[in-house]
Amino acid sequence: MTLLPKALLLVAAFGLAACNNPDRFGAGGAGGGAGGAGGAGGGFVDTTGLGDPNNPASVAYFNQRVGDRVLFPVDQHTLTPEARQIVVGQAQWLMANPSYAVIVEGHADEQGTKEYNIGLSARRAASVHQLLISQGVPANRMRTVPYGKERPIEVCSSEACYSQNRRSVTVLSVGAGA
Amino acid sequence: MTVNRFSISAVAIALLALFGAQTPAQAQSGPLRIEITEGVIEPLPFAVPDFVDEGGAGEYARNIARVIASDLQGTGLFREIPREAHIARVSSFDSSIGYEDWKAINAQAVITGAVTVSGDRIVVKFRLFDVFSGQQLGEGLQFAGTTQTWRRMAHKVADAAYSRITGEGGYFDTRVVFVSESGPKNQRLKRLAVMDYDGANVQYLTDSSSIVLAPRFSPTGDRILYTSYASGFPRITLMDVGSLRTQSLAEQDGTMTFAPRFSPDGGRVVFSLERGGNSDLYMLDIGSGGLQQLTNAPSIETAPSFSPDGSQIVFESDRSGTQQLYIMPASGGEGRRVSGGQGRYGTPVWSPRGDMIAFTKQHQGRFHIGVMRTDGSEERLLTASFLDEGPTWAPNGRVIMFTRETSGAGGEAALYSVDISGRNLRQISTDGAASDPAWSPLLP
Repeated sequence: MTLLPKALLLVAAFGLAACNNPDRFGAGGAGGGAGGAGGAGGGFVDTTGLGDPNNPASVAYFNQRVGDRVLFPVDQHTLTPEARQIVVGQAQWLMANPSYAVIVEGHADEQGTKEYNIGLSARRAASVHQLLISQGVPANRMRTVPYGKERPIEVCSSEACYSQNRRSVTVLSVGAGA
Repeated sequence: MTVNRFSISAVAIALLALFGAQTPAQAQSGPLRIEITEGVIEPLPFAVPDFVDEGGAGEYARNIARVIASDLQGTGLFREIPREAHIARVSSFDSSIGYEDWKAINAQAVITGAVTVSGDRIVVKFRLFDVFSGQQLGEGLQFAGTTQTWRRMAHKVADAAYSRITGEGGYFDTRVVFVSESGPKNQRLKRLAVMDYDGANVQYLTDSSSIVLAPRFSPTGDRILYTSYASGFPRITLMDVGSLRTQSLAEQDGTMTFAPRFSPDGGRVVFSLERGGNSDLYMLDIGSGGLQQLTNAPSIETAPSFSPDGSQIVFESDRSGTQQLYIMPASGGEGRRVSGGQGRYGTPVWSPRGDMIAFTKQHQGRFHIGVMRTDGSEERLLTASFLDEGPTWAPNGRVIMFTRETSGAGGEAALYSVDISGRNLRQISTDGAASDPAWSPLLP
């Protein structure tokens, strides 16, 4: 994955989504969201520089090297051993970089009814959230948001895409405890 | 459906077989009647000549007749005899209709009418005739309003005709609230909209700046409940349809809310409240703000729906390991499981008559819309596709509308309707993609 921080900051300058995970809603993100959740009408725009992925304190490093997302099996919300390891890494990074706040997004694939998938994706976000807390990240730095099947990143209707959409994404923004 | 005259459908079929071109009408005696039951024969032939212009009606005289014909034909229970085949010409609303001319083309029902327009005021009159009995079916009726509401006048005529012939309530003079969709699958934009049941007169209620889901009309149709992400997080939201003013309900720190539905009296809302990853059902009294927890389980409880008498709630839960349907008292409790077949069951909706539950079923990679009795018996699947979801009942409990989504990168949602017998599947014409329909009650 190649990140283009300048292009992203340009997007932010146009008042579009200033989320720092450029691909979490697929390319662009016009329908994605200010305030981290799909609402130009709803929230503030926070702009976060991604920085150099070789700098361990950068957002780019968190997204790419630590890993900002974990995947789930069909209709499951329990973290796999691999997912646990990624979230423990996220917790360590967050403890070392206390100026960042976090929104933990939960997502589901399209094989399910909408409202059930909101419940399921809430569980997924909560699994990550709870592990982050148990690893020492203060609860007041974090929020969760369940997106159900509303924001797939992959659009095909087969397991190759579904497996990428059954995810929880830990999204950073500046302003911990604010 | 059995075409009229008692339920002697078998006799009618036998006669048809014997005499070939012989019309079913000749096997008839007794009043014009469609029994909406299981055995289909054929749609009842009817005619709607252009309405008589009694002053200033212009295009309305013809357009109203066209909407009436389209309403009735769209049910699958009626078949219009095209105007080109008509022998009789109706030039005066009050003169006799000449039954022989209509018999000759086998029109079993004829609707005649007249329209008067002055300024922005429109008056529509109609009569319904049972051709083979040679008499009027019910009284003539007159509707008046502004010219803007001309389609509603037509729907009201069609509702009256449908109701007199089938003995069931109508559903044409209704609105549907839904989610209008645009943009690619990974950047879907959604906005709330309302339209006539047939897709006409679309009006947008929100912009597309935030996700909206699963709207529902209040029992009087003047308010809408839905799930909105306007705050960045899912929140149940109440909108006044007249002013478009919105209000977030049941806001509590550390919680999110979704899947709101009105109680039959319109005063309470049952919905899902999420806390720490767990979703349970709650009841909110809109007036007092009082909140009551109805379920208390570590599973996902959502998609609630009141029984029409307000005493019970059907909902879905995965407490057994998969999504299944349960019914509990409206005051809360454990609930008893009603779905018993294979697969997953969700989005239950209690029928307006109280006797059935419509649902979404997932089984072996396919989605279905189905209905069952409230005790779980007589399950019947009405549709099958890659993704069918979210049934809503027409106010007469005979037709269901739902979302059908196609697969793949270019996948798009559209609205469909189907009879509870599984017949007459048809797409509702909308301007672009659409999902999450919810039917209004019959308009006053």
